[in-house]
Amino acid sequence: MSVAADVPTIPMDAAAVNARGLSVGYSGETVVANIDFRLDRGKVLALVGSNGSGKTTLLKTIAGLLPPVSGEIDVLGGAPMAKPGQVAYMGQFHPSSFMLPLRAIDVVRMARFAAHGLLGRMTHRDERAVQEAIERMGVAHLAQEPLNTLSGGQRQKVFLAQAFAREADLILLDEPAANLDAAARDNYRRLVRELANAGRSVLVATHDIDEAADYDWTMLLAHRVVAYGHVEDILNPETLLSTFGIAGSYKEGRVIIVGREHGHEECEEEQELPVSGLFHQPPHDHAHHRS
Amino acid sequence: MILDTFIAPFTANPFMVYALMAGVLVSIACGIVGTFVVLRGLAFIGDALAHGVLPGVAVAILLGLPGMVGASVGALAMIFGIGFITRRSNLSSDTAIGLLFVAMLALGVAIVSRSHAFSGDLVRILFGEILGIRTGEIVGQLVATILIGAIAIVCYRPFLLLCFSAEQAEVSGFPSRRYHAIMLLMIAMTVVVSFRTVGTLLVFGMLLAPAATAALFSRKITTMILTASLIGAFSVYTGLLASYHFNLAAGASITLAASIIFFIMLGAKRVSQGVAR
Repeated sequence: MSVAADVPTIPMDAAAVNARGLSVGYSGETVVANIDFRLDRGKVLALVGSNGSGKTTLLKTIAGLLPPVSGEIDVLGGAPMAKPGQVAYMGQFHPSSFMLPLRAIDVVRMARFAAHGLLGRMTHRDERAVQEAIERMGVAHLAQEPLNTLSGGQRQKVFLAQAFAREADLILLDEPAANLDAAARDNYRRLVRELANAGRSVLVATHDIDEAADYDWTMLLAHRVVAYGHVEDILNPETLLSTFGIAGSYKEGRVIIVGREHGHEECEEEQELPVSGLFHQPPHDHAHHRS
Repeated sequence: MILDTFIAPFTANPFMVYALMAGVLVSIACGIVGTFVVLRGLAFIGDALAHGVLPGVAVAILLGLPGMVGASVGALAMIFGIGFITRRSNLSSDTAIGLLFVAMLALGVAIVSRSHAFSGDLVRILFGEILGIRTGEIVGQLVATILIGAIAIVCYRPFLLLCFSAEQAEVSGFPSRRYHAIMLLMIAMTVVVSFRTVGTLLVFGMLLAPAATAALFSRKITTMILTASLIGAFSVYTGLLASYHFNLAAGASITLAASIIFFIMLGAKRVSQGVAR
């Protein structure tokens, strides 16, 4: 994770991820078809969409956990999973993994296995990367604690530390901000920015448009690529409607909702919300009185 | 007096020493493999595997072949069966594995029933005959235990990742299917070499009980393996003593001891947590 010490090993001209006509899905069933994008090194891409929109499927395909249904994908200039030591993936975890007899530090250390194979010796550099990652995520004081005694937020920080301790050139994060409090969220976003400045590439699946606005690129997903570009340029009433079923517009960090798709007719209201609160809003519940 | 009760049975009877040696080796193998069985929630597959060897052993007995050959064939057949089922079905794999296991058990009993000494053979297969163990078998057990230990050391990283998350194993360059298969082979190997000592029915208890007890208190996987092996060895010792003094079946006494230790420790943990609150 050390930001300045190591220079990423991809050649300057190679894209971190390059997808051409890529269709992703499970066992031959397409979830998102025809994705074309290129993520350059040193850039951060947010995958934004509601649950089931295909964010996780795309991340898993890039990680090499799912074969592409069709099309082509290069990761760090080769096939997905060709360089396990240079790609970090933080997925969503099965709760049974939390009950293992492991300390937080053991979980973070696992990040270094990829670079050493079965029996390769761990070095000082590995230990330094592990220490740095747990310090940056603010969990150094929990290093010796068993995983099953940690809170949800603390565990999430440990898992993020694991992803960062890999010191990978490409970092794939699936909803990393879940369970994090505001301070931890800011801290992790700062870290993502620093990693990108140091030449690493990051892909983040998120619900949070506010977070996406922090990053270089955003891909809006809803079983198809709704839009791809910077948040400021691509968020408009149509894309919001297609992505989240919300009609509204995005302006200077706030989404102005002018009505939601909810089956009611003639429902027009203006509501202004901070974007980070957008998806914690209760469903539209006012009554409609026809005059 | 203490010497007579706790030490003399072993010093006075060579068969007790052999039983203890074989039992301790079984405990080490089961401590290693059982830890991963417990952590990965493979108890049911392990159970199926332990019973799947029965028809193999039965056929071997009918043909006059060594039981271990039959057990190996049975275990391999079971691994392929389980692999086939888990690939083909997703939701109902528990049901399918359960059926496979019952079918293999029934097949085993059906085959053994053709033999003349039916009940004697069956009891020996299911509960082992640790008191009749021979030196050659102890050597076999030793080799198998060393082999299991060596595999565990070489595959420690992928096994650890697999316990944590199959996806993390994959993205770290360790194909999860390969290491899952190796884990199943280790369970099979443990079952095959242990069925002579504690029997197919009870080997599963030795695989599960000490590791489950160790899981209650361990913070690290290596500690869990060591603790499980020690608890297993202690169960063998107390089980053999009980068997000697009270004239009980040895294999059953050992497994019973391991299970009782688990429930005592579970109770102790509850009490200590209650006190802590």
